[in-house]
Amino acid sequence: MRPFRYEHAADRAQALQLANGPREATASAHITAPIQYLAGGTTLIDLMKLDVMRPEVLVDINALAGQHGAIRADASGLHLGALARMADAADDLVVRRDYPMIAQSLELAASPQLRNMASLGGNVLQRTRCNYFRDPSWTACNKRHPGSGCAAMDGVNRKLAVLGASDHCIANYPGDFGVALAALGATVDIEGAGGRRVLAFEDLHRLPGDTPHIETNLKPGELITGFTVPAGPWTRRSLYLKIRDRQSYEFALTSAAVALDVEGGVVREARIGLGGLAAKPWRSHEAEAALKGRPLDEAAAHAAADAALAKAAGHGEATFKIELGRRTLVRALLQAHAMEV
Amino acid sequence: MADDAGRLYGKPEVRIDGAAKVTGQARYASDEPVANPAYAYLVTSAISRGHITGMDLAAAEAVPGLLDILTHETVGKEAKPPVGPDQKPTTTTLETTQVWHDGQIIAVVVADSFEAAREAAHRVVVHYAPETPSATFDSPGAEAEVRKTDEQHKDPAKGDAPAAFAAAPVKIDARYETPTQHHNPLELFTTTCVWDGPKLTIYEPTQTMYGLKAAVAKQLGMEPADVRTISRYVGGAFGSKGAATSRTVWIAIAARRLKRAVKLVPTRDQAFTIATYRAETRHHLQLAANRDGKLQALIHEGWEVTSRPSSYNVSGTETTARMYACPNIATKVNVVHADRNTPGFMRAPPDTPYMFALESGMDELAHELGMDPIELRRINDTQTDPVDGKPFSSRSLMKCFDAAAAKFGWAKRDPKPGAMRDGDWLVGYGCATSCYPSNIGPAAARLSLTPRGKAVIQLAGHEIGTGAYTTVAITVAGGLGLKVTDIQVFMGDSNLPPVPVAGGSNNAASTAHVAAKACEEIRQKLALAAVQNNAGIFAGADPSKLRLTDGALAGPDGRREPLETAVGRVAGGALEVHVENVPEGLPPDAAAGLYQGKMAMSRGTGRKDVTAYAFGAQFVEVRIHALTREIRTPRIVSAFASGTIVNPLTAYSQYMGGAIWGVSSALHEATEIDLREARYVNDNLADYLVPVNADIDHLDVIFVPEEDSRVNPLGIKGIGEIGIVGMNAAVANAVFHATGKRIRKLPIRIEHLL
Repeated sequence: MRPFRYEHAADRAQALQLANGPREATASAHITAPIQYLAGGTTLIDLMKLDVMRPEVLVDINALAGQHGAIRADASGLHLGALARMADAADDLVVRRDYPMIAQSLELAASPQLRNMASLGGNVLQRTRCNYFRDPSWTACNKRHPGSGCAAMDGVNRKLAVLGASDHCIANYPGDFGVALAALGATVDIEGAGGRRVLAFEDLHRLPGDTPHIETNLKPGELITGFTVPAGPWTRRSLYLKIRDRQSYEFALTSAAVALDVEGGVVREARIGLGGLAAKPWRSHEAEAALKGRPLDEAAAHAAADAALAKAAGHGEATFKIELGRRTLVRALLQAHAMEV
Repeated sequence: MADDAGRLYGKPEVRIDGAAKVTGQARYASDEPVANPAYAYLVTSAISRGHITGMDLAAAEAVPGLLDILTHETVGKEAKPPVGPDQKPTTTTLETTQVWHDGQIIAVVVADSFEAAREAAHRVVVHYAPETPSATFDSPGAEAEVRKTDEQHKDPAKGDAPAAFAAAPVKIDARYETPTQHHNPLELFTTTCVWDGPKLTIYEPTQTMYGLKAAVAKQLGMEPADVRTISRYVGGAFGSKGAATSRTVWIAIAARRLKRAVKLVPTRDQAFTIATYRAETRHHLQLAANRDGKLQALIHEGWEVTSRPSSYNVSGTETTARMYACPNIATKVNVVHADRNTPGFMRAPPDTPYMFALESGMDELAHELGMDPIELRRINDTQTDPVDGKPFSSRSLMKCFDAAAAKFGWAKRDPKPGAMRDGDWLVGYGCATSCYPSNIGPAAARLSLTPRGKAVIQLAGHEIGTGAYTTVAITVAGGLGLKVTDIQVFMGDSNLPPVPVAGGSNNAASTAHVAAKACEEIRQKLALAAVQNNAGIFAGADPSKLRLTDGALAGPDGRREPLETAVGRVAGGALEVHVENVPEGLPPDAAAGLYQGKMAMSRGTGRKDVTAYAFGAQFVEVRIHALTREIRTPRIVSAFASGTIVNPLTAYSQYMGGAIWGVSSALHEATEIDLREARYVNDNLADYLVPVNADIDHLDVIFVPEEDSRVNPLGIKGIGEIGIVGMNAAVANAVFHATGKRIRKLPIRIEHLL
């Protein structure tokens, strides 16, 4: 960990001012950015201790919880403030009833202590758990040092991506909540020096391509202030199924976020996300299309799973996740279909 | 020896140090207050083979608060090379420019604060001349050799095993593998060194107070008398703190250079490379039996990874050859040198990996025979060591199987693999034999008793979480006829009389026997004085008939003399004795060796009179999801017969922890190695998996009563290691029963069952 300056922002305006300094490089989600927003700190502080991130200034935005910490549902959908804690959203009774997928994605993540600290805005920006990224003594990591290579490609990579990876990076997106947001077609509210904008959550994260060090479409100095999950007839029949080696406190090997609008056994609409498997929070429009208008039986579930993983490519140890991903989605679809709603 | 020392055995007793531990009063090594410490941070190598050609230190030296940087150039000649856990040559650190393994200590940065030391360490730039490393088995450049036999390690053999194997009607021939594992005690490998003139005090969590003292003295060319080690509590050890490691002398040298206390608390990832680990193993096992299940041949060959300079190995064939009656036995062990740190002790070091192979093989053989796996073990049970014909001091293996099977509900098992199912979950039952040799070493202690009935016992024992303080207190309370709360126990300081390393499950037996002997010596002194005193009530009585009980010296006729009188007669303040106990069969110089940090041990497999083992049976139910194949363990039942149980409360915890660790070992734990670079990759507690509470549901431990007067006078066999030994195979056997898939490589994971 390197010395840094700690700044406390009293409100959003001050946060943006502190993070959009005179220097060329202002705060951004890029790991090399010299200014970083600090909320729960559960990823950032970790990576600073590991010497992976060396910010010069931290802008503490926890005081923005008053402005951007609410959890509210209305006819249009579910509004989640970026400073709401994971535990608050997971415990919210309306979220649990009307958006069970969201609640489950949160409560199946991390540990109670981390869920009490971590903010929703920070959560979606959680960085990959690729061991080669998290240990700077490995020189080859295109995320840390563009052009240096990818040590994971032929290394220990059991947990890494089989969807959306590139020849430059096979890191996977480790989070759960983001997968649920992607599946449900959420939007993300962003504030920057130039004002407010709204982005489809699916467009927040970028695929690695040949620039794996650029992980999101946030512009320098921008701050996530909240999320909106649109209401829909599928949100109550929804779940988040997480498959992992142990039953708690572990990242997903594979996960499936599934929401179904079923009428008379036939799927009217499906919303499907996949976690653990992909380079970013992954929505499978292919699987959704495969289900639309079909009775949900085992064959349909398998067809959807095949569609979802059709473009998957394995790397070494992670290859089994393609088959496990299929099975995870099949199981999640059948479980969602069997839900009493 | 008086039987009274065991008077309170078998009754649950809360830890006498429990309140201190749960209130934060217990001082672990890095908690010890020292004046004005400087803080050290280790720089470790990013390559695993090669040489250091130079270091750029300017950026590090510019960090405010930086005090010193120890490198090969500045201090390399100030320490002699260390020895490994086997007391033989091992990898070096700052002594030369050579890099033997990933994460080797190559510099020590010292600063006014931990933060400054860490920052400066991160600013050190190291230049290497790297060479292509060999990571493990099958890596180009890894060198295999047959392990030579010595005093420690033999290759048990009998009859003509290859011929018997060839001729037998039923056989299995299989290869098994176990992974690299790291202990990951919560307390890290800390060291704090303080000099007072020529005298050095080391605060370091250790399982070997005198071993550490001797090792550091030797490396620094000091008199052992000038080195003191203090380790009052250890926050988890599991073998990882059972031998001196390289770090200690450099911290001592850093403190000497600065003339100031220096404290090191290394990081979790450094713990993977600056201490030891359980090396990966491979096994070729051949078992042959007649159709009635009687074993005809057992051939077990093992391979173990070690570092380049060390031949450390665990040789678990010593145990597998002795488990079952078998007329033809052949064993062999190989070591494979790779560019790795030297492995070391980890809970049941030989037995855990080797019994995984044997007990998986027994399950395979039972399946081949169409026989219940418990019955196969019953048919081959023996009260005689099959290798050398000595009697087992006691062996209650089948009692353990019967007790555990009844509790588990083994009778409900449909033997056909894949036949049991509950909804979406496949159900499997598995079991295996557990065992661990019973060891005891020499020990010394000082015991005092006051006329007011308070006793203080002092010995350089090790509280590694096992309840060692309480075990000693229970023994002394029994021996002196006092309450446990009347006893004060001082341990964890090399200024106190020595005891052996807290390893190999010897601790309870070794410390209890010396404590009992000290009590007996006090009793004798009091009894002799009492009968020789003409004014006393016991004048002229037979001193051997007088006992210490309920705070008094008591005669067989019920007459009692309060301790105030009995002790007051010989001492105004306190009567103190210093005793040494050398267990039968050990050489007379065993006690002298103890003071020099040498470990003489009466081993369960090396005795002239008997073979001594504790035995157990472990059962587990696994549930495997039919689709996604997660493996769950909802029920675990273990039964153990370990002779005398000193404190059932802490014994239960030990057994339980062992069983959970067995599940962990079978399903979760593995240190992942980058094969190209020979580097550990998942070196943190998020990626090195151990079970969480949610993974362990219902767990039973059964104490099978066993009296063993041959193992040692108090009948204590030891309980620390046995809990883990059988679980690995029990889980694998249950997975086979649930799925029909035999997984011979640990850990068993989802991908093996898809």
